[in-house]
Amino acid sequence: MNTDFDILISGGGLNGPLMALAAAQAGLRTALIDGDGMDAQTARDFDGRAYALALASVRMLRALGLWSELAPHAQPMLDIKASDGHAGQGPAPLWLHFDHAEIEEGPMGYMLEDRYLRPALLAAVEAQAQITRISGAQTQDHIAGPQGVSVTLSTGQQLTGRLLICAEGRAAPSARRAGINYMRWEYGQTALVCAIDHDAPHHGIAHQFFMPAGPLAILPLPGNRSSIVWSETASTATAINALNDSDYLDVLRPRFGDFLGDIRLCGARFAYPLGVNFAQAFYADRLALIGDAAHGMHPIAGQGLNAGLRDIAALAQLLEEGKQRGEDIGSTQLLRRYQEWRRFDVASLIFATDTFNRLFSNDNPLLRLGRDIGMGLVGRIAPLRRGFIREAAGLTGDLPRLMRG
Amino acid sequence: MSHAPMTTVDPEEIRKFEAMAAEWWDPDGKFKPLHMLNPCRLDYITTQIAEEFDRDLAQAQPFAGLRILDIGCGGGLLCEPMARLGATVVGVDAAARNIPVAQAHAAQSGLQIDYRHTTAEDMAAAGEQFDVVLNMEVVEHVADPQAYLTACAALLRQGGLMICSTINRNPKSYMMAIIGAEHVMRWLPKGTHEWRKFITPDELFDLIANAGLRPVDRQGFVFNPLSWQWRLSDRDLSVNYVTASIKP
Repeated sequence: MNTDFDILISGGGLNGPLMALAAAQAGLRTALIDGDGMDAQTARDFDGRAYALALASVRMLRALGLWSELAPHAQPMLDIKASDGHAGQGPAPLWLHFDHAEIEEGPMGYMLEDRYLRPALLAAVEAQAQITRISGAQTQDHIAGPQGVSVTLSTGQQLTGRLLICAEGRAAPSARRAGINYMRWEYGQTALVCAIDHDAPHHGIAHQFFMPAGPLAILPLPGNRSSIVWSETASTATAINALNDSDYLDVLRPRFGDFLGDIRLCGARFAYPLGVNFAQAFYADRLALIGDAAHGMHPIAGQGLNAGLRDIAALAQLLEEGKQRGEDIGSTQLLRRYQEWRRFDVASLIFATDTFNRLFSNDNPLLRLGRDIGMGLVGRIAPLRRGFIREAAGLTGDLPRLMRG
Repeated sequence: MSHAPMTTVDPEEIRKFEAMAAEWWDPDGKFKPLHMLNPCRLDYITTQIAEEFDRDLAQAQPFAGLRILDIGCGGGLLCEPMARLGATVVGVDAAARNIPVAQAHAAQSGLQIDYRHTTAEDMAAAGEQFDVVLNMEVVEHVADPQAYLTACAALLRQGGLMICSTINRNPKSYMMAIIGAEHVMRWLPKGTHEWRKFITPDELFDLIANAGLRPVDRQGFVFNPLSWQWRLSDRDLSVNYVTASIKP
């Protein structure tokens, strides 16, 4: 059978277009079924959303030809400071400090606003001749067969390919249709997300305060602006989220002290309930899961998007190798290699973020003492500290080629 | 998904062969060791062919125009990738039962492959000619390796390429290939291999040279029990290894 495409990708968020670009670069004819349409989401006004891109992810964007356009808008993270915190007290005196100067690769990562990333992805997808973007249509059904997969769109259109990649986010209807189950738990925490202007410069430093109710991250954006990811227990978050902007800021101010001077909201406020979402298989017949369709985790380490990019880099590499060997790129043999490469990594990350969150998001005095001692130790032992820095930069483990730089 | 017509076989038979083909192609089934080794074998084969015939593997059908013979084709684990890369492929197997199984799977995959129940010697006697002869894990099973390799050499056109893999003969290969693979891991049925039939790389190069080919490359297939994967090695040919030879 001749299929219309090599690869069909369902999902027009961030992972779908990135997967399409990586697959096209590997020489695969790719269709991107972008659901509600990427065009709708590319307003250039700042809406408060920003991403922490680990160094490995930045290398991947560079390898895909996106970075030169994005770099002028990205804020390098030169330093990460972590500490215990209490509302009203600001950060505790015991800092854990990760300076990028300790690793030779450069900044551990960059902050990038959503309003720059999405248009860059759209433009790159449009410019790539190997990608056919199908806008305004959802994947409604798919049937896997010995030669390929046939997808029916909500418009009634039919497409065939060797492999369907599900980048449909947490809901992942194609994965459910294929019978994939998810392991799920809720943290009873909600992440409040917003962006602020502040009077004093941030010097490229990212801050993480471990508050009893959950971590508070202050991540540097270009200029005197920062992105805030602030976890609270679900009930408190609901109450805070109901406040008007000035009351909201009054709650936020004492949590972070005055080191950035006065703060003001810029852009919209968001609230996301936090939980874990882990697919029990990353593949089914002629179907591969990437990004949030495969895993969702606690944002404590800012690894969600980075883990998705790593899925994409790994899968694109396996597809390219398989194609050049003459293998069936939708075969169980190949999809299983993908699962073996990624699923254990992701499980470790979910476990680590879960443990971190449980260890830090409480006010037990013994645990507080324990983690203060722990941070003190990590802060004093250089190889251990460098290990954490490399971990945060995404440079550990079996790196796919796209992320090796 | 359309199936290529197989008019000479009845549908009941086809279903039976499809079931057997599913077994051949099950990565956890009885041919698991072959599936684990296959990507590594294919990496070597495709790279050598691309180099010898100056093809670019990034292209869509890089092996278009090449006629390739796979000796001991089994279920078609090498034939199908070669066909997918654009080659004209003939697969032969001395075991008659493998032929309809391989045919059934190729039909399911939508690939054109000419499978025949015959031997290298008979093909050579019939004057068949190929650009590439794949001779993978066969030579350690034949009664007279020199006569067999001479037949393989006769099947090649001038400038043609033979890829030949086998198992080295030394105490380590006895431990790994017979005790390990057959008795401990049970990857292969007991009695699959006879250690005295294993061939050292130097012996194989001599046999190939005597057959009229020029050996040009040899590499080891090395199994890493930690990553549970095979890889190619320039230095470690102590158990499984592969060679490339050219017909001058």
